[in-house]
Amino acid sequence: MLTCRELIDFLNEYVDGALDATRRAGFDAHLAVCPDCVEYLRSYRRTRDLCIEALGERDEIPPEVPQDIVRAILSARARR
Amino acid sequence: MPPEPPPDADLLARLRSGEDAAYEELVRAESAKLLGVVRRILDNEDEARDVLQEAFMTAFRALPAFDGRSRVSTWLYRIAVNAALMKLRRRKRLAECDVEAALPTFHEDGHRQDVGPAWRPAPDDDIDRARLRQLVRDKIAELPESYREALLLFDIQGLSTGEIASALGISVAAVKTRLHRARQALRALLDPVLSGPMLAGGT
Repeated sequence: MLTCRELIDFLNEYVDGALDATRRAGFDAHLAVCPDCVEYLRSYRRTRDLCIEALGERDEIPPEVPQDIVRAILSARARR
Repeated sequence: MPPEPPPDADLLARLRSGEDAAYEELVRAESAKLLGVVRRILDNEDEARDVLQEAFMTAFRALPAFDGRSRVSTWLYRIAVNAALMKLRRRKRLAECDVEAALPTFHEDGHRQDVGPAWRPAPDDDIDRARLRQLVRDKIAELPESYREALLLFDIQGLSTGEIASALGISVAAVKTRLHRARQALRALLDPVLSGPMLAGGT
């Protein structure tokens, strides 16, 4: 049986689907009997989801090209 | 599927030869999306516009040193998001997090030492959700740049670990380690908030 440390050290591989079937089964076997690791996994996934929610693109109207900023950037470049 | 998208060789050559039209194309193609991103981070229109302009100027100056191993848009995104998060960090006087100290700790038998209460479910109130999103942005700003970049490029930009390795000039194994530690550190920074009482009003 994996220890909590062995599971948590490679949790990214589990979450990102990078484990082969045998190793994945080892992780699942540990998670079936370890509520602390289940909770860690849940909060780890939630961290990723919160990060996406905080910074990811939303389904909003595509922003218009900010013409005044475009002009400001191009003229600042011309002045360099 | 190719391992990574082809680099923008033509565009880069035109930019490096100082072609005005290439600069205009680049600024027009990228500014709307980048403004959206920095606006979300800073939640302040004037600061967002300043940061966007600064980011393009930084990029233009850095162009000779850019190795072209990632898309120009990915490189610009990194510059703009880092500039916005640095601005947020300065404005709010946020300290840089010590990633090593934020990693989980274990007993000798491999059990975790720092087990705390379970996280509360997501708030259903819109104001609390917005407050939580801002708090998450603050915490991301507290991560050291190298960790933050791995997190943003993988979880937000959706690049593969191979693409990130190429863009940052490090190994795939190093990308995976940074990404994992960044998520673990961010989890630890959010832990007191999400396992404790409801978000305090106004902070």
